[in-house]
Amino acid sequence: MDQRNFTYMFYGFVVAWLIPMIYVISLARRSSRLRKETDELKQLFEEKQSQTRSKV
Amino acid sequence: MKPVVNNERGSKADLMIYGFAVAAMLLLAYNLYKIFLVLPDEAAQGMIYRIIFFHVPAAWTAFLGFFVAMVLSVLYLSSNDLKYDALASSINEVSLAFACVNLITGSIWARIIWGIWWTWDYRLTSMLVCVLIYFGYLLLRRSVDEPTHRARLSAAVSIFGCVDIAIVWKSIEWFRTQHPGPVLSIRTGGGQMDPRMEATLYWNLLPLLLMAAAFVIIRARQESTEQEIDSLRRMVHAS
Repeated sequence: MDQRNFTYMFYGFVVAWLIPMIYVISLARRSSRLRKETDELKQLFEEKQSQTRSKV
Repeated sequence: MKPVVNNERGSKADLMIYGFAVAAMLLLAYNLYKIFLVLPDEAAQGMIYRIIFFHVPAAWTAFLGFFVAMVLSVLYLSSNDLKYDALASSINEVSLAFACVNLITGSIWARIIWGIWWTWDYRLTSMLVCVLIYFGYLLLRRSVDEPTHRARLSAAVSIFGCVDIAIVWKSIEWFRTQHPGPVLSIRTGGGQMDPRMEATLYWNLLPLLLMAAAFVIIRARQESTEQEIDSLRRMVHAS
């Protein structure tokens, strides 16, 4: 009983840490994806602006 | 629309994220020392009872978050300001993570104490329904593109979800459940739980709340970036 008790307590603490850790990783990945998307769109916007200016 | 939080590096929001994270880690380290090295095993349950120090604070963190998100949803419905919707969605997502911690740690505890992983009693079932409602909330937000329509539907689900929170909270008083009845002095008036254990449980609520606050700020910043991306897209299409 004591060994099982310890093992399951360990599992419980692993879960209590693992879920927030997985969430932090997902937040970090989403942040880098959003940053990349913002940079790409800013670049695209600037390219379009300079094309419009050169036409004029 | 103004951004939900400041998105610039080195801003006040940045300082808050790091401050909350460091404070949470320090408090957690101190609490873990107390949980494992100071407090004795529980007489009937042995060492497995220690799961309660994360199981209960995780539930409270989630419930507080769902409640605040419900208030923000009501504010959105009365003002139509998308800032409230963005903040409510950030808080609901973070709270859902803590609700999952509560549900799974409870199941692990039940495997030892009851000999089963799960039973369909009122407390467990209403908590599972709560988690499913907020998973549905996140899925709904992904499936609706139009921002005001999405915000209105999300607000309705957020308010509906809070009704279930009240049922989860009161279920151990209203019904005969396999889940233990109220033991904390804030609900019973005291005498059911060793005061040292109960104090540690409250102390462990604090780092979880700080962690949740840091997550919410990060998530709210992402919402602001998504709004920036939307306006950039419109500008690219218009130019």
